[in-house]
Amino acid sequence: MSYTNSGKREDGARVASLEHRLLTERNLRVLGGLAVLGLAVLAVLGLSVAPPDRYQGDAQRLMYVHVPTAMMGFTAFAVTTAASGLYLWRRTRNAHWDRLAVSSAELGVVFTTLTLGLGMLWGKPIWGEYWTWDARLVTTAVLLFLYLGYLALRRMIADPGTRARRSALAAIVAFADVPIVYFSVDWWRSLHQKGTLVNGGRFDPQIHGTMLLALLWGFGAMGVAYVYLLARRYLLVEMEEGIEERMLDVAIAERLAEAELDQAASVVETEVV
Amino acid sequence: MRRLAAEALLVAGKDLRIEMRSRVVLNQVLPFGGLVLLLFAFALDPDRGLLPRVAPGLFWTAVLLAALLAISRSFAIESAHGARDGLRLSTLDPAAVFFGKALGIVTELLALEIPLAVGMFVFYDLEGQGWGILLLSSLLATIGLACAGAVYGALAGGLDVRETLLPLLLLPVVAPVMLAATRAWEAALGGATADAWPWIQVMTVFAVLYAALGALVYGPLLEET
Repeated sequence: MSYTNSGKREDGARVASLEHRLLTERNLRVLGGLAVLGLAVLAVLGLSVAPPDRYQGDAQRLMYVHVPTAMMGFTAFAVTTAASGLYLWRRTRNAHWDRLAVSSAELGVVFTTLTLGLGMLWGKPIWGEYWTWDARLVTTAVLLFLYLGYLALRRMIADPGTRARRSALAAIVAFADVPIVYFSVDWWRSLHQKGTLVNGGRFDPQIHGTMLLALLWGFGAMGVAYVYLLARRYLLVEMEEGIEERMLDVAIAERLAEAELDQAASVVETEVV
Repeated sequence: MRRLAAEALLVAGKDLRIEMRSRVVLNQVLPFGGLVLLLFAFALDPDRGLLPRVAPGLFWTAVLLAALLAISRSFAIESAHGARDGLRLSTLDPAAVFFGKALGIVTELLALEIPLAVGMFVFYDLEGQGWGILLLSSLLATIGLACAGAVYGALAGGLDVRETLLPLLLLPVVAPVMLAATRAWEAALGGATADAWPWIQVMTVFAVLYAALGALVYGPLLEET
């Protein structure tokens, strides 16, 4: 394991203990309970407290989940990028940034997939079709593929140090592409198709009362859910690394034992000869 | 700066010399690109007049697929015989190695694009106009593709799954180049050259961004164990 050079190791251990003091089973259960409670209240707010939309009817209620999942998806990818940057910067290099990056990327993929799926369910009744080639839709789809590639790359590198470094580079290089994708797709659609039905389908951002409350609550509840899942995934990554390391130790011990046996056998052979 | 250029030329020269001797890109990837153009004609019945209209998109799709193979090849030669270690121990500036790899790929891609474009003009019955835009946009797209390709080729380099991983990593990243090059070609062939300028800008920004990123990330990528 070559995450840190020896000078930084002590520092890393101190931070690691801090995160373990925070991420105790009791704290996680409280956080998980809050997440479930928050999402349950969101369901009540979104499904019954908030009134149906004047134009879109009940289909608009999907917004209370769709917009928060989209925000959390983008936040998750931003966290991956930031964590990758902190891993690459020598002064802050530590394995926990790598764990944070992969945990957040996986959650980002989950939230982005949810966003696209929910958006398509909403699109069918409102736009009349599941998919339109709107800049935000296409950018989100490309984003999803970028991070599927990131996760695929991670799975294929066995050495933890190489994996952490290469995937951190990959995360940053991929993130740099997102604005270019967005602007190019935006130009593409606006230059060639003026005033598509997409523009008519955009919800009015000036919502009030219980609708606004439900949406804001959605951001909070989804945020708590993200932090909870992130913490769980983080600890899981740590356990996976522990297993990897232990299996490596076992494999090395087995090879050493084999080598000793071979040596003993050859000694016996030469004595017989 | 001069040293950087000299070292980059050294790396590019090495790659092109290997290509001249092995002829993998010319003898395998180029015919593959031609085949893709033929397959498009099967898929989109040539009698319906669809081919000339969608030709720019088909051309850049064919180039992108061929480029994947060329980039994969460019990094396959680094993984055999410990060439990656050789590169690391060569004391060449990592940025120069990046520019050299990218330059080699640019040269190979141009050698692919010219015959493919000629073939397309002939077989898809295209009327050529707006040559300046066609050339400029092709050059910019090629530089962008090569820079991103050199970054991702090195990221996926040395892994057993390079051939399957590279397309997944590279294609979403170069999506804007594909989009911009296609629109610029459409504008040029359609006689509306003014429409091509936003796309030229997109490709310029992309090429500059990935050239800079490549020069930055090659150091850490090469120094790893």
